[in-house]
Amino acid sequence: MSDAAAVQSPWQTAGIVRIEKRTPRVTSFFFQPSRPFAYRAGQHVDVRLTAPDGYQARRSYSIASAPETSGAIELAIEKLDDGEVSPFFHEVAAVGDEIELRGPLGGHFVWPEDESGPLVLVGGGSGVVPLMSMLRHRAARNSAVPVVLVFSVRVWDEVIFRHELIALDERQDGFDLMLTLTREAARRPADYARRVDVAMMVQAMTRLPEPPGIAFVCGSNAFVSAAAQALIDAGVAAEIIRTERYGV
Amino acid sequence: MVTRGFSSGRRPPADGDARIPPGQYLEQGFPVLSAGPTPRVRTEDWSFTLKHGPRPIKKWNWTEFNALPMTKMTRDIHCVTAWTKFDTPWQGVLVDDILADAGVEPPTGFTLAHAFDGYTTNVPVADLTAGKAMVALLYEGKPITPDHGGPARLLVPHLYFWKSAKWLNGLQFTTRDEPGFWELRGYHIYGDPWREQRYTDDP
Ligand SMILES: Cc1cc2nc3c(=O)[nH]c(=O)nc-3n(C[C@H](O)[C@H](O)[C@H](O)COP(=O)(O)OP(=O)(O)OC[C@H]3O[C@@H](n4cnc5c(N)ncnc54)[C@H](O)[C@@H]3O)c2cc1C
Repeated sequence: MSDAAAVQSPWQTAGIVRIEKRTPRVTSFFFQPSRPFAYRAGQHVDVRLTAPDGYQARRSYSIASAPETSGAIELAIEKLDDGEVSPFFHEVAAVGDEIELRGPLGGHFVWPEDESGPLVLVGGGSGVVPLMSMLRHRAARNSAVPVVLVFSVRVWDEVIFRHELIALDERQDGFDLMLTLTREAARRPADYARRVDVAMMVQAMTRLPEPPGIAFVCGSNAFVSAAAQALIDAGVAAEIIRTERYGV
Repeated sequence: MVTRGFSSGRRPPADGDARIPPGQYLEQGFPVLSAGPTPRVRTEDWSFTLKHGPRPIKKWNWTEFNALPMTKMTRDIHCVTAWTKFDTPWQGVLVDDILADAGVEPPTGFTLAHAFDGYTTNVPVADLTAGKAMVALLYEGKPITPDHGGPARLLVPHLYFWKSAKWLNGLQFTTRDEPGFWELRGYHIYGDPWREQRYTDDP
């Protein structure tokens, strides 16, 4: 309970300064808050959209950028066709638009922690976003903490941040990338082509020099439940597993 | 501030309006929110302890707890992640009946609810008594699933749902209003959905 967060996070406007398509379904939006704030890797912001009649919709989005990044913060938003907010970003939002947001929020799904040793990251789809912030944070600090990322997506073209992740993997500085494709054959020798399971988590542990000190699992509710259980069945202590569930 | 190009939002049905707190939307499913993996607590291993500070007042095992008076409660619930669900049917033991069985009056004005996974959340006594809250054992007439906090969870339906601690194993009277798990991590100390008390600095 060391991370008491005395947050001051009122609503503010943030301008969209850049938009970058990441995959067919995921696009990154870079926001310049009118009042910039410091944040920790893994935290999120809430965004709020207001219709002319006052109706508001609000959703949470994890921050993808590293805390070291000055200026705009990156949110990577997956389009859900029948959703209310994510299609707005994909179909309507443009550079120059002002959006209301507040943050940083969340004081549990954050890295580093005082006692953290080697790190296990498990992401499903857009659940990789806060994990990306942690990896970027690690790279920015030239940290040598051993990390393995198990990243599950349906197909190769949906691997968000693919070039960056593979480049980080190739540095061989203690970061190991394990991709698993659930609807396509594996592309790289180190990768898998099935849903996350116990055997895969056991394999992931062998990529670390010693047992993990902390594990972060993020994605849809069903993914997080399955992945967290697979970690436990692979011998990871439940107490060190932190989860972030994106909902349905 | 009106957002350019946002007009087609999914408005709540007119008849449900007054039941949906500000910033919430109506959800038909029952999403899950928790900070870690789902603990599997067997009823053989289950117990519930009432404490005053560090001192235990009374402890019940599963059989003893199930022998306490059962009450049904159907309520709207409001999760801080913005969904509201109408008419969720629970059954369990009112906090009033737990106190009566222990033969105590609340010795302080505040409590911390404790869970098997180490989770805690603070709730004032006034929000637990007078029929306002229960330790729920059944949802829709069936044992609560582990995902939703079974075997037993706290139910404080008039506050944001993180106050309704899952996998409950105790209730502790505290002298001060001590922040629990999420309250230490940026969430509001009280959590009234009608006043939109989501985060620490909300009024
Ligand atoms: C802490 C946190 C961090 C998150 N980070 C990210 C992130 O980095 N990237 C990301 O892409 N997402 C993230 N999410 C998820 C995000 O907040 C939204 O839930 C997501 O973008 C979907 O919102 P939406 O408005 O597009 O869809 P919604 O309108 O919320 O709908 C979601 C789904 O539910 C169904 N649905 C919900 N309500 C109704 C209804 N009334 N009628 C019919 N169908 C309905 C729809 O079928 C739809 O597919 C995060 C969530 C949390 C809690």
